Amino acid sequence: MEMFDDFKRMNKRQVYYQVLNFGMIIASALMIWKGMMVATGSESPIVVVLSGSMEPAFYRGDLLFLGNDRSDPIRAGEIVVFKIEGRDIPIVHRVIKVHETHEGKIKFLTKGDNNEVDDRGLYKPGQLWVEKPHVVGRARGFVPYVGMVTIIMNDYPKLKYAVLGLLGLFVLLHRE
Amino acid sequence: MNTFLSRLNTLFAFSISVVAAVTFACFLTTHFLDYTQDVEIEVKKAIVKNMEEFYVGEKHDLGHLRFSLKANMTPVFNWNCKELFLYLMAEYETPRNKINQVVLWDKIINRGENAVLDLKKVHAKYYFFDDGSELRGKNITLSLHWNVIPNAGYLWRVKGRQDLGYTLPDSYAGSRV
Repeated sequence: MEMFDDFKRMNKRQVYYQVLNFGMIIASALMIWKGMMVATGSESPIVVVLSGSMEPAFYRGDLLFLGNDRSDPIRAGEIVVFKIEGRDIPIVHRVIKVHETHEGKIKFLTKGDNNEVDDRGLYKPGQLWVEKPHVVGRARGFVPYVGMVTIIMNDYPKLKYAVLGLLGLFVLLHRE
Repeated sequence: MNTFLSRLNTLFAFSISVVAAVTFACFLTTHFLDYTQDVEIEVKKAIVKNMEEFYVGEKHDLGHLRFSLKANMTPVFNWNCKELFLYLMAEYETPRNKINQVVLWDKIINRGENAVLDLKKVHAKYYFFDDGSELRGKNITLSLHWNVIPNAGYLWRVKGRQDLGYTLPDSYAGSRV
């Protein structure tokens, strides 16, 4: 195959260079991701919408850019991404009630735009409110459809390994 | 087969680039627009009762409101605004909580639908429960906000130019609204 011609022409030093190049790409991607985590203050600065509970605003597969500016308190109407204790999957819903004490302690209630009732049925038994530690971030930006790739890769893990494997192979074997 | 694949690859890469560029243009051309509008809010009737709040298991103050709302959202829509999520918010202060915000009513308007709001004496959509029993006699501020949902871009939250101050009744009511 023509794909291996480049590789066959390389000497040892060039092979090392290719491996380093591969490492650089991985490291750059990681730096960008971690840099975004610091800049936005969110542990997950980009999330994919997984359910239809915020339709017609967000559909399954849309991408959300999150911020989590701690100096800007959460107010009603904002779209927050939060996690419920004991469950991994983050929920993207809107804040419909906020109560903040004089000392600054905030609690709020959420509801999906497309749901009839608020989220109290979704919270942990005994939990009535969402609080700051539960919040992953607040939705600030939106791009449609792009997250579908992530959903497909998660639904078909073999596809994910195949794509990543092929990409890795490609970078290792080809020169710039 | 080789040229077919490389042509397919080029075509695919070009299509993706064009879609990305158009999406970015959509975002850039609408990012600096002013999305505010004039709003008219009126409270027609308000009573306060005290009853047990579902899930919470405690008796809290419950406000019942009938209000009128007038606003024209048509100028807010553009090629990048696919939906407006409007919500009417009541804000007030109590001894227990410095800030209380309760969404009483909301509406979704999609691009293309009638965007003129003219509601007369409607009930609130959601229960106006206090986090306690401190609604009587309180001054509340009613304001209309909307969340601009773009095709791609920033999710603006905009407040209507006018809001309404209203004082809730001093004592509990005996009858229904």
